[in-house]
Amino acid sequence: MRCIKNKIEHNGSGAVTLCPEEPEDMWHAYNLIRPDDILRASAIRRVTTVQDTGSTSSARVHLNLVIRVKNLDFDPQSSQLHVSGQIINETPHTKIGQFHTLDLELNRNFTLEKEIGAGGEGVGWDSIAIESLKDAVDEGGKRRAEAVAVVMQEGLAHICFIGQFQTILKQKIEMSVPRKRQGGGDHDKGMNKFFKVTLETLIRQMEFNTSLTSGANNEAVRPVLLASPGFVASGFQKYIQSEASTTTPGLKRLLPSLVVVHSASGYTNSLSEVLQSPAVKRLLADTKYARETKLMDDFLEQLRKETNKATYGPREVEYAVEQGAVGRGGGVLIVSNRLFRSQDVAERKRWVALVDRVRDVEGGEVRILSSDHESGKRLEGLGGIAALLTFPVIEPDLDSDAE
Amino acid sequence: MSRHRIKDVGYDDDDFYDDDDELADPEEQEFLQQCTTAVLQQLRAGQPSVTATKEEVQDALWHYYNDIDKSVNYLRGKREKEAAKLQKSKIQPVPAYPAPPSTAHFSAADFFRDCPWLNVPSHRKSEILIEPLYPRLGLLGGAPENGGKLSKLAALAAARKKKEGEKAPSMSETSTPSTPKLEQPTSLDHSGTSRSLRDRLAASGRSTPKAPEGPGSLRRLATPSSSSHPIPKRPEAETKKPSVSELSGSMQRVVLEAKEEPEPQQTIPTIRASPSTFASTIVGAATGPTAAEPSHLHSTSSDLLRIYGQDHAEPFDFAAPSPDDVVLNAQNTAKGMKSKSAASKSAVVKKGQSDLADGVKELSVEDKVTVKSKNLDVISEYKKSTRKRSANFVVIGHVDAGKSTLMGRLLADQGAIDQRTLDRYRREAEKIGKGSFALAWVLDQGSEERARGVTIDIATNQFETDKTAFTIVDAPGHRDFVPNMIAGASQADFAVLVIDSSVGSFESGLKGQTKEHALLVRSMGVQKIVVAVNKMDTVQWDRERFEEIEQQISAFLTTAGFQDSNISFVPCSGVLGDNISRRTNDPHASWYTGRTLIEELETSEPYTHALEKPLRMTIGDVFRGGVQSPLSISGRIDAGSLQMGDHILIMPSGETATVRSLEVDSQPSDWAVAGQNVVLNIANIDPIHLRSGDVVCRPSSPIPTITSFTAKVLAFEHLMPMQVDVHRGRLHVPGRISKLAASLDKASGAAIKKRPKIVGPGVVVRVVVEMDQAVPLEAPTRIVLRAGGSTVAAGLLE
Repeated sequence: MRCIKNKIEHNGSGAVTLCPEEPEDMWHAYNLIRPDDILRASAIRRVTTVQDTGSTSSARVHLNLVIRVKNLDFDPQSSQLHVSGQIINETPHTKIGQFHTLDLELNRNFTLEKEIGAGGEGVGWDSIAIESLKDAVDEGGKRRAEAVAVVMQEGLAHICFIGQFQTILKQKIEMSVPRKRQGGGDHDKGMNKFFKVTLETLIRQMEFNTSLTSGANNEAVRPVLLASPGFVASGFQKYIQSEASTTTPGLKRLLPSLVVVHSASGYTNSLSEVLQSPAVKRLLADTKYARETKLMDDFLEQLRKETNKATYGPREVEYAVEQGAVGRGGGVLIVSNRLFRSQDVAERKRWVALVDRVRDVEGGEVRILSSDHESGKRLEGLGGIAALLTFPVIEPDLDSDAE
Repeated sequence: MSRHRIKDVGYDDDDFYDDDDELADPEEQEFLQQCTTAVLQQLRAGQPSVTATKEEVQDALWHYYNDIDKSVNYLRGKREKEAAKLQKSKIQPVPAYPAPPSTAHFSAADFFRDCPWLNVPSHRKSEILIEPLYPRLGLLGGAPENGGKLSKLAALAAARKKKEGEKAPSMSETSTPSTPKLEQPTSLDHSGTSRSLRDRLAASGRSTPKAPEGPGSLRRLATPSSSSHPIPKRPEAETKKPSVSELSGSMQRVVLEAKEEPEPQQTIPTIRASPSTFASTIVGAATGPTAAEPSHLHSTSSDLLRIYGQDHAEPFDFAAPSPDDVVLNAQNTAKGMKSKSAASKSAVVKKGQSDLADGVKELSVEDKVTVKSKNLDVISEYKKSTRKRSANFVVIGHVDAGKSTLMGRLLADQGAIDQRTLDRYRREAEKIGKGSFALAWVLDQGSEERARGVTIDIATNQFETDKTAFTIVDAPGHRDFVPNMIAGASQADFAVLVIDSSVGSFESGLKGQTKEHALLVRSMGVQKIVVAVNKMDTVQWDRERFEEIEQQISAFLTTAGFQDSNISFVPCSGVLGDNISRRTNDPHASWYTGRTLIEELETSEPYTHALEKPLRMTIGDVFRGGVQSPLSISGRIDAGSLQMGDHILIMPSGETATVRSLEVDSQPSDWAVAGQNVVLNIANIDPIHLRSGDVVCRPSSPIPTITSFTAKVLAFEHLMPMQVDVHRGRLHVPGRISKLAASLDKASGAAIKKRPKIVGPGVVVRVVVEMDQAVPLEAPTRIVLRAGGSTVAAGLLE
């Protein structure tokens, strides 16, 4: 995402103009835009006019609409963001107060304005929003590191795109592969068919050009992680090799980027194991998700030790922060960014305040994990928030009726 | 029964309820008296003059709501009929009275055939009411208590009976083809009207009584005044209420228009209760055509009883397929062109009656495979059968402990595999430099398994000893294939734990899958475990080594929850075959005097299975069985029984299928019961709906699909809210522990701590598990939770 114009005031109100450039930017926009924000973007609206005679004519007109956001709808698979709200600027074709759903598009600027109301009812550009804006506007431009992971087991494959901030399950392939039987060759046949379908789907999803003649030959190929328990992944690799050497020579370009790793199962929740494997770490060193995964593993390790130096759950973490346990010298607050996406302003304020306190007052480290990553999903299971503590904290027996 | 006698049986049965509702009101009685005299006068005055008893007149008046004209009309008509009947009865003497009380097959028609309208002797009226029809009808019960199976059988039996009954009337119908319709046209109207349940009861599968309905309905169109009254004149108490209420409802209007005194009319409806749901179910909705015209009641010579008579005696089970279905099934299964043409004929007739549903069914283009069920009582068949005791056991242990080789040896020794095949395996194995794997190839059939020398998936095989028929489930030892091993263990009655006794291997195994497998089989309900200390030849049958292993393993197994008496140890060598089925002749092993492995296996007690419970079978594999059976599924029946021709339901897809044929332990069979390994060749389903891990059940008692469950589990590792894989047999789905509800006391099960943050290994904890997809699971089921390639917990669904 490119930042075209930045006019954020010190009090936290102001507007930025952004230009999304790649699909993942939509995810950033999804995190930035909140209900009650003001969004200006170009739109195509169908306008129906009624003549005096009663005949109607409808036309599609391009408009620049300003809406007050009511709702966000994000489709991670296709990376599309639909923002609906009420129109607040007047145009020849629309009235104020009419509803419109803006579809943000790549390479089209949009302006996002956040305001702090007189009574402080809005949240404005708080520290979290500024941070996600920084994440979104990546100056270095070195963020293209992403990988494709095929997590598979017999008869089941998940094709995932691992991006910097999100893991998108692009396609699930499920086939019934006959088990081995006395004297039956169905199993091998079934596996071959399964590999065939998986490869076809993978190529389609990657938009990989298999023709040799096209000029796209020197285009960089993303690393493809083949993960499975047992020998399915290596079998798949062999299958791709044999395909490359026989029917589709274009696949040869893909071969060097294939990495076979071990995973416990063919489901996406074993992705964390995939990302932790040394082969993948070497390949994707120091990417955000690798750090996130590491952090979650550290946390769980600490939790397993039962030293009371790790805690999770909203109330428990708040209590620990109150006790000053998430401070300098190893205190880490781990928050899922889903918490900031809350529709409830008070809820968001609560978490922003907690983050600010840990960072600014206590001096602890704050890590915001993407809920669309594997590690974020693990964190979600723990209530979306967890903390590594500097000293053991034993909570008073919190009533279990809280949640 | 002879047709022309029944037809004279009274069409109106209204007299049956005279007994209990007297007109108590003196005013009414006075009025009734007046009317009676008026009617009697008119009867006498009319041409020809007719006499009638006072009771008769009063009855008639009652029915016509004191409409004098109508009553007169009615009585006149009745007398004429009686006169005709008298002449007939001279030729055919009335059977001896009293009629024999209902025997096995009570038919109301039979019972009343000698009673002309209104001439039923008063002492007999009461008797009719005593004789209860309900049990025979079988309407009250709904489904029998022991599930849909019996009811289905009953329904099929009924279908057969109906088929027989279908032939008989059709024959007699042809002999006396048109007498009834010509003489009693009005009666036909009744069966031709709205197709209530009652009508379907009467008409189902019987093309003959329907035949006249075409003209009947036509006639009805022509003479709308005779719009039918939906009440069958059933000689039983159950029909009384609706008929009265409807009569009273419709008659009331007529009478009010005639400006009669309203009092008696007002009392009558209040006396009568509205029809019960039950009654209206039997008789048809009270909202049917109610504009009953009194005129049709004149025809006293109705033969409705002939039409309905049979049905009174037919038990009808609502839980069973509808009569239409039953008959269709019966027709389909009946062989030969004759019945087919009959079926299509009846279908045509049905279409004539605008029974669209049936028509569509008949016309269905789908190529349905129908399998004739033998309707066996599977459980009694099972008890009769003289099969050998059977036992399933799973072979578990660390990778490369020699499980497959040991089992290959066992199979070879027991003659389950012939020498020629074995030699071929040996040759081929040596060719790729894996000569020692030859025996394992008996079970490792997959090309990858052979190439890598590792069992990947479970393999089942059978062998028999003199006493028992064994089914081996050879499980993979590699940690990546633990899900497959779980599938295998879920099929087992007991387990054989194979331990590599060679130095180093035993120690690494104990840390590895030896431990995990043993814990798994225990948590899956396996009680008995035989420990085969394998590869004893590599340690020169060292007794100390054996005892050391025995000590360590038995200590571990005891903590895992196995009872000492259920653990036994056998030193053996799979490659050489020592102490497998023959005693070793190695002099170093002379110290061992215990049982050989096969003897140890035979000590297993027979296992009981839940035969009576509803059918449950987890699909282990979906495959193409061959040309004859394009779609087959295999698995072990967990509960219930199954036979050829059964309809089964696959969950969670919710699709039904038909069992074409089935195999038990690779032998064709007509039925199978819980505990047996079966292959079902099925039809009428798209294979896309079948996955391994799905559950086969009966449509009458489907297994619920759930997305969340609570389970009491024993933690093997640290548990916290986390992502897990849920395993049950072949079923393998991703899920997450959403909540640790409470940690529990191991012995008492009482909660120790609510909502613990984390629990360590060895703690019993109640967890809530959520899954993304609906999964067929029901309590009590043993489940295994795994995460990151290791088993984290196992326990029981609550």
